[in-house]
Amino acid sequence: MEDVIVIGGGVVGCLTLRALASWKLRVRLIEKQYDLASGATMANSAIVHAGYDPEPGTRKARFNAEGNRLYPALARELDFLFLPTPSLVTAFGEEQEETLEKLLARGRENGVEGLSILRGEELFRAEPRLSEKVTAALRAPTAGITEPWSVAITAAENAADNGALLNLGEEVTGLSRLPDGILVTTDKGEYKARAVVNAAGVWADRIHDMLLPHAFSIRPRLGQYYLLDRKVGDLVKNTLFACPTREGKGVLLSPSVHGKLLIGPDAREVSDRELTPTDAEGLRFVRESAARFLREPLPMNLTIRTYAGIRPTPDTGDFIVGKTDVPGFYQAAGIESPGLASAPAIARELSETVARDLGAAKREDFNPFRRKQIRLNRMSEEEKRELISRDSRYAVIVCKCEKVSEAEIVDAIHRNAGARSVKGVKKRVGAGFGRCQAGFCQPVVVSILARELGIPKDQVLYDGPGSEILKGKVK
Amino acid sequence: MRTEPDLIVIGGGSAGMAAALEAKKQGIEKILILETDPYLGGVLRQCIHTGFGLHTFGEDLAGPEYAARFIRQVEEAGIGVLLSTPVLEVTEDLTVRAMSRDEGYLELHPKAIVAATGCRERSAGTIAIPGTRPAGVLTAGTAQRYLNIEGYHAGKRVVILGSGDIGLIMARRLTLEGAKVLLVAELMPKSGGLKRNIVQCLEDFDIPLLLSTTVVEIHGRERVEGVSLAPVDENLTPILEKKWRVDCDTLLLSVGLVPETELFQAAGAPVEKNNGLRVDENLMTGIPGLFACGNAVKVHDLVDNVTLQGVKAGGFAAAFIKGE
Ligand SMILES: Cc1cc2nc3c(=O)[nH]c(=O)nc-3n(C[C@H](O)[C@H](O)[C@H](O)COP(=O)(O)OP(=O)(O)OC[C@H]3O[C@@H](n4cnc5c(N)ncnc54)[C@H](O)[C@@H]3O)c2cc1C
Ligand SMILES: Cc1cc2nc3c(=O)[nH]c(=O)nc-3n(C[C@H](O)[C@H](O)[C@H](O)COP(=O)(O)OP(=O)(O)OC[C@H]3O[C@@H](n4cnc5c(N)ncnc54)[C@H](O)[C@@H]3O)c2cc1C
Repeated sequence: MEDVIVIGGGVVGCLTLRALASWKLRVRLIEKQYDLASGATMANSAIVHAGYDPEPGTRKARFNAEGNRLYPALARELDFLFLPTPSLVTAFGEEQEETLEKLLARGRENGVEGLSILRGEELFRAEPRLSEKVTAALRAPTAGITEPWSVAITAAENAADNGALLNLGEEVTGLSRLPDGILVTTDKGEYKARAVVNAAGVWADRIHDMLLPHAFSIRPRLGQYYLLDRKVGDLVKNTLFACPTREGKGVLLSPSVHGKLLIGPDAREVSDRELTPTDAEGLRFVRESAARFLREPLPMNLTIRTYAGIRPTPDTGDFIVGKTDVPGFYQAAGIESPGLASAPAIARELSETVARDLGAAKREDFNPFRRKQIRLNRMSEEEKRELISRDSRYAVIVCKCEKVSEAEIVDAIHRNAGARSVKGVKKRVGAGFGRCQAGFCQPVVVSILARELGIPKDQVLYDGPGSEILKGKVK
Repeated sequence: MRTEPDLIVIGGGSAGMAAALEAKKQGIEKILILETDPYLGGVLRQCIHTGFGLHTFGEDLAGPEYAARFIRQVEEAGIGVLLSTPVLEVTEDLTVRAMSRDEGYLELHPKAIVAATGCRERSAGTIAIPGTRPAGVLTAGTAQRYLNIEGYHAGKRVVILGSGDIGLIMARRLTLEGAKVLLVAELMPKSGGLKRNIVQCLEDFDIPLLLSTTVVEIHGRERVEGVSLAPVDENLTPILEKKWRVDCDTLLLSVGLVPETELFQAAGAPVEKNNGLRVDENLMTGIPGLFACGNAVKVHDLVDNVTLQGVKAGGFAAAFIKGE
């Protein structure tokens, strides 16, 4: 019998798992995909929003502002990339400037610090290439950018280091009430738990309906992006937003934590909750919307990748977080944007509620720090030289574009919550993330995975089961 | 510590080897070739088809044979070579930082550098093909490497987008190895590949070449399940009303090669529109002492021309070192 089972290995589930692991509780995470961070957490704008956008009084407003404040310390403990990067909400003309005033007031009410409205010289000093048509901008200095999937994966790893169990590639198919808890049925077995947390992203309504009468629906909405080469990663210093409309925050232009340039997303309701195709029309919309931000045309010829993600948008409008009418059943559902920014605060509150209800005490031996991951491309020349004189395995470079060594890949495979696929390696160390898109290094990564996992090369997966890269040996 | 070389050649393909050999001939003693791969030869290593060296040697050689002749000469000339040693940084004052499997972290200060880093293939990401992003979409060169160097199939039912030479050559190779190449689609009204490759690699195997046609969508969840194709109009815009779907497990891309020059761009060397290093009549780039040759300047069809340019670059670099 488990104390708590968390359903869903996105950023919300993984951070909740870790927070729960800091209490005297036996915890397990069940994720249906082969790897963690395979849902919304894999494909989004990666902005740790400051918190001026959500309507005051909503859960979104509270969790966003709180979550934002938790990020810097969390990034240190878990050792993922988080770069403070101010947001600039741009206004084109007077009407939109009124919106900025509203956002400013809203932000202050939400407890967001340091907000100001920039105009004239001050504005163009903050963002030199900004279009002259921009008349003012709301600046939010507490916003940041991060690597969303790493937030989830490093949290799960740290939770596992502290004793949490991870079941990947296992789908929850049923929930039922027991006198002393909940029975969780999966495609592989059954688990009893005193408490269950529903953090199933786009599927959270279905999980809810396994125990309770239908109360909300998730309306999956796709959003598409362009990623541009790091040659133009410094085109903007801030994350540039348009004024929000009823449809959302619109298309943004942002540096990424890897020094690349991110452009997107659009928004379109979709029927398939997991398939994330891009389409020519949506990509054109993204290009055209983003073109207004700067004086110069965007260098779209330096595109290295396009991708899309699905927002788990709830029809209730707000996040659904906390207890339900079923004892022991908790939810973090409908966590659309600003869900990434909010996740640490959601995880904290939810874990405290669960721990209190289960009468658990805090652990004294919980280690919040993840074992340091050596990353060559985050080191200075001096540090690199020193590292390699100590451990020459780091001198074997696999990915030239992102400067990733074989030793880093091997380490990423053998950690808790380690990489088991080519995409898993890419998420954890960035090999294949660069301008050649793995053209040079994929064969090497396949060989390393085959060797370390003890499987033939043609069983190495790109991502989930059925995604084998190779189709048998040549006779 | 390594002694400082006078000349560093970055990239040990046909261009780099030719440059190093010529500089040696011109009296430069301390030459070092730095190469990412664990072998010399560059792209020739995986080109096991013939068609190399008709001009240089008057013989029709396979890629690896052509390379082997130069590798032997490099060894005989006693030119320093470090394999598995990607150069990670070059600066304007000709400092070279590299990571070597065998020698660890290297920082060197040669008197001249030859940039011979070849090219990379444009990827699916670069051309932003709509649809999903499953396994089974890869560049022709990567598939060629899987097949010819590692001995594995990258697919059994294959659609090829782009009729560049690597794509054409792979159409034949895959067919000979028992895969089914369904068609080659080319966006332009004319193939950019060599005529002999169209005849010998497609026509001889009854593989259709569809001109003015492109892939408008990739289908498949985990692995490619099919692609949608459509003809394009004069502006190269797909005519979507006429699109149709082909079931396949692999999409190979042969949609162009891009000179691999970011290393030198970061040091401040200007490039042409094709991303190739801009060079003067002495094959010197915008950075004094940094010379360039081969596919790092412009993508070449024939290795003989690459070799010739390598020889020239090596000569100019030698003259520069000698202060001529
Ligand atoms: C286009 C886009 C842009 C965004 N931009 C931002 C942004 O800039 N800033 C921000 O703060 N937020 C942003 N968000 C929102 C943010 O990405 C999400 O709020 C966050 O990732 C949600 O995390 P999650 O863990 O709830 O969901 P997910 O990451 O989707 O995780 C849910 C997991 O549950 C698993 N699961 C589902 N059903 C089952 C089952 N039956 N059994 C087992 N496992 C199951 C799924 O496989 C999935 O892995 C954006 C979202 C999108 C799509
Ligand atoms: C598939 C294909 C088929 C061809 N067929 C023919 C044919 O039939 N007949 C013919 O005559 N020609 C043919 N060619 C053309 C010709 O062979 C090539 O253009 C030529 O070999 C390129 O030589 P190169 O030295 O410029 O580049 P490459 O051979 O690509 O060499 C560049 C080298 O630089 C290394 N490198 C790159 N970056 C770094 C770094 N940062 N640090 C260290 N090393 C680095 C690479 O690993 C590589 O080894 C073909 C080309 C291709 C791609």
